[in-house]
Amino acid sequence: MSDRRPDPDLLLAQVRDAEARVKRGKLKVFFGANPGVGKTFAMLEEARVKRAEGMDVVVGIVETHRRVETEALLTGLEILPRRPVEYRGITLHEFDLDAALARHPAVLLVDELAHTNAPDSRHTRRWQDVEELLDAGISVYSTLNVQHLESLNDVVAQITGIQVRETVPDAVFDAADEVELADLTPDDLLRRLEQGKVYFPEQAERAREEFFRKGNLIALRELALRRVAERVDAQMRGYMREQGIREIWPAGDRLLVSIGPNPASARLIRAGHRMASRLDCEWVVVYVENPAISLSSADREALVENLRVAEELEARVATLQGRDTADEILAYAREHNVTRIIVGKPTHPRWRDKVRGSLLDKLVRGSGDVDVYVISGEVEGDVPRRPPSPSRVSPLKEYLWAALVVTLCSLAGWAAFRHFTVTDIAMIYLLGTVVVSSRSGRGPALAAVFVSIALFDFFFVPPYLTFAVSDLQFVSTFGVMLVISLVISGLTVRVREQAGFARERESRTAALYAMSRELTTARDRSQLVDVVRRQIGASFGAAVQLLLPDEAGSLAPPEGQAPTYSLDDRERGVAQWVFQRDQSAGLGTDTLPAAKALYLPLRASGHLVGVLGVMPSDPRRFQGPAQRQLLEAFADQVALALERMTLERQTQQSQVEIEAERLRTALLSSLSHDLRTPLAGITGSATSLLQDRSMRDEVRRDLLQTIVEEAQRMNRLIGNLLDMIRVETQTLVVQKEWQPLEEPIGVALIRLDDRLQGREVQVQLPPDLPLVPLDGLLIEEVLINLLENAVKYTPAGSPITISARVDNQTIVVDVADRGPGLPPGEEARIFDKFYRSVGAPPGGGVGLGLTICRGIVQAHGGRIWAENRPGGGAVFRFTLPIEGTPPTLPPREAVAETV
Amino acid sequence: MTMAVSQPLVLLIEDEPQMRRFLRAALDDGQYHLVEAATAREGLAQAASRNPDIILLDLGLPDGDGLDLTRRIREWSTRPIIVLSARGMEADKVAALDAGADDYLTKPFGVGELLARMRVALRHATLAASGKEESEFVEGDLRVDLARRQVFVRSEEVHLTPLEYRLLQTLVHHAGKVVTHRHLLKEVWGINSIGQNHYLRVYMTQLRHKLEADPTHPRLLLTEPGVGYRLKVSG
Repeated sequence: MSDRRPDPDLLLAQVRDAEARVKRGKLKVFFGANPGVGKTFAMLEEARVKRAEGMDVVVGIVETHRRVETEALLTGLEILPRRPVEYRGITLHEFDLDAALARHPAVLLVDELAHTNAPDSRHTRRWQDVEELLDAGISVYSTLNVQHLESLNDVVAQITGIQVRETVPDAVFDAADEVELADLTPDDLLRRLEQGKVYFPEQAERAREEFFRKGNLIALRELALRRVAERVDAQMRGYMREQGIREIWPAGDRLLVSIGPNPASARLIRAGHRMASRLDCEWVVVYVENPAISLSSADREALVENLRVAEELEARVATLQGRDTADEILAYAREHNVTRIIVGKPTHPRWRDKVRGSLLDKLVRGSGDVDVYVISGEVEGDVPRRPPSPSRVSPLKEYLWAALVVTLCSLAGWAAFRHFTVTDIAMIYLLGTVVVSSRSGRGPALAAVFVSIALFDFFFVPPYLTFAVSDLQFVSTFGVMLVISLVISGLTVRVREQAGFARERESRTAALYAMSRELTTARDRSQLVDVVRRQIGASFGAAVQLLLPDEAGSLAPPEGQAPTYSLDDRERGVAQWVFQRDQSAGLGTDTLPAAKALYLPLRASGHLVGVLGVMPSDPRRFQGPAQRQLLEAFADQVALALERMTLERQTQQSQVEIEAERLRTALLSSLSHDLRTPLAGITGSATSLLQDRSMRDEVRRDLLQTIVEEAQRMNRLIGNLLDMIRVETQTLVVQKEWQPLEEPIGVALIRLDDRLQGREVQVQLPPDLPLVPLDGLLIEEVLINLLENAVKYTPAGSPITISARVDNQTIVVDVADRGPGLPPGEEARIFDKFYRSVGAPPGGGVGLGLTICRGIVQAHGGRIWAENRPGGGAVFRFTLPIEGTPPTLPPREAVAETV
Repeated sequence: MTMAVSQPLVLLIEDEPQMRRFLRAALDDGQYHLVEAATAREGLAQAASRNPDIILLDLGLPDGDGLDLTRRIREWSTRPIIVLSARGMEADKVAALDAGADDYLTKPFGVGELLARMRVALRHATLAASGKEESEFVEGDLRVDLARRQVFVRSEEVHLTPLEYRLLQTLVHHAGKVVTHRHLLKEVWGINSIGQNHYLRVYMTQLRHKLEADPTHPRLLLTEPGVGYRLKVSG
């Protein structure tokens, strides 16, 4: 019966896991305690069985070490040809990963999971090759010895005395779908050894005797068995989790491991990993960087290595900065609810603790309710191998400044000698040393102290002008001065250094903030690229290249951007790999480390939007994990900004589509109504005529007139629609001819003759109005529309005026009325499609007339707008540009008599 | 004096049955005699065999180009041809007119307009056939004495420049019918001036100013947009 519901997040992770597994290949590891127990043999046997069952099994790489029985098992199996690699003058035959991917068998045999690949291979380690094969859907059989497991590495070293360097992360082993233990009792193994059936590298001949002692074999066998049992245990717990069964109450623990740059910290990390696995809790590895201590490059490498191991063992890694390791650790522990702290046992002499304070002591005392575990390590994780050297060498200037101050004090003392007591003079010197300490480094401060004391003694302590001291109390005075100065100097130096840290931290955060601010305001891609290059380039001293995928998914620099460093095929290949695998690669990583630059995937909301390439001017800058993490933080920002731009574009497009959709709907409903209405009139009238034979003549005429009018209305509407379509689809062809404005006005007036009955239409054109380039038919349309509008919206009989004038290189035409005018605020909207004013008479058209006018006028290169007239009424004004040279007019003739 | 042909024969070449229906109703009423053809081929055959007095030709025939048909008919007949076309096909109309058609109508059109143009066309044809020229043109306030080359508006003489007069003369010659830009330019300025439409426009404006009561609201000198000009005749 389940006593607790399964944790939904865990279940989700499990489901996702299960899903991913279906597509992924399956890994079967043949595991053994020692070389020679028969792992490769077992692997080949299984392969043959599967092959016989019809499965597509291919040998990727198998080391037989010339053992006859093993080689016999290879016959009949397809063997992938190896890749020859030149390395230091010899030709190695390495596993060909690309050939394997291309061949894509169902099962591939890849021996020796822990093997290190030749330098120019894609991955540094064979287990990484296997990961890639699994991702591609190829199942893999492989072999592994217990001493190659990361977490057990040092345990095995303890047992056998041999440190094996090639390790495989436990995660890979734990994620394997099947593990088969090739087990052999130590006696059997020793017998085989005598028979010469066990392979051991020649270099380790001597070590072999050490290694194959029975005690070792037993211990190793036990280790291997235990490890496999742990795996089973984990599987069982997984099962129990799924079923909601909980045996162990989750402690909700959190573990913190404090490490330093020495390789022994690796033991601490592995111990932490073991504890965290047992407790099934989160753990974090913390390194406190002390700015007063600059690490040698060897130390730094060791530190990086330790942190890498920590990451591989799936710990969170944090780098803190501070002078006091204990304080920083405790602060972090409190902030993050750490329940247990792991540190190494101190091994330095006790006096150091007395002088500098013991880390362990401080930790324990300040730990409160946090448990502290002290694990034996070769060296405590706090003290680096070399003695600390001051990070700043105080420049000569500071010594001179110290000397100056001391001299001033002496002079002051001399001046005050007669009037003040000797104590006061001591205080003056004290003041001097304090001043020097507060501004200078340790060296000048110390120098100032000693010189002050000497001068004080010489000049102001009896017997005068000697260094002897008559009264021993002055010795204590000297002592006190010394202590005070040292304390103050120490304090100020520390404060300055802290300030330095804070500044550095702040500058990093500021850089991140600055870039993120600029990114939010970047409007287009080229701006974004610019920001990215500038900011990241400045913060990291590197050339930055953004690579974005095109539709086909291949990466390229954004259009119009020249690459900041040379992007040869190799670099592009690396970037492409990063994009496909969603994993960093290149400089400073394990994958393709020979590349010129580091490539980071740009991840936003779960999918990749591109790759960021960073080529530092100083390759060593990327060794530190803090730099990497900062760079990743930058990369995240860039990815988000890119995604934001894409989304913005999509939103705009959506809005455009929505608007288009809206118009289409409006058009359809409008059309439907406006076409059907006149048709209704026509149908009605015509059918009435047909039906009623005894209709009176006037009635008949009336109906027939209706039919004619409605038909004309429809004609007009259809014309409008066609014009609208031409304007919208930009197929409006404007054929300009030089014409006097009178012509189109005249035509428009004639066309509307009937409707203008009863109105006074004034045409006011200046007599010297030049010819205007315009399309006669189209401008007639404009005038007709404007005049019709005037007729529709003004009371019958009110006057309409058409006028024109020349303004600069344009002609301005007005069509004005004395009607009610335009509703205020609507002057621009009336030109919108389908806009009908509130006071529109029924049957007043579909609202396209003015839109068409605008389209035509704009196609001529002019403008059209409407205003209310002073004195009442509206005026519609449009301009037409007078461009080009007017044609030569026909030669003026003499006005001769016609006769 | 030559009598107008009584019951002139009208050949209608039109493929749309609805159009034919209403034209039949309009024309086949005692005043005219109507013959119909629905395709270009049929139309050509009928034109040749029946020798109609006037031909109404739709430019949008399914099996042939109305323009082509106009040319072919013009090869052996001087009978008036009126072309029917939709709005927006001005270029086709101009081409047909230049190829020899006499006038045009834009669909949709009213029967009144059709009959008016037919009358004008037939009158010109009769006049031309009789060989006689009219020596005077009167319309509204305008009187043109072609023999003496004098122009009167409301009985007052108006002085025109030679080119203006030539322009007016050409229009009078075709009074009531549309005259294309091309034709006018050729007649007035000569064949090299074809295409200089602005000449025409300027001169027409001048004429309007001299002859019309309200030049901006012309009653006599009408613009046919995209095609040419027409001197209006009543009746």
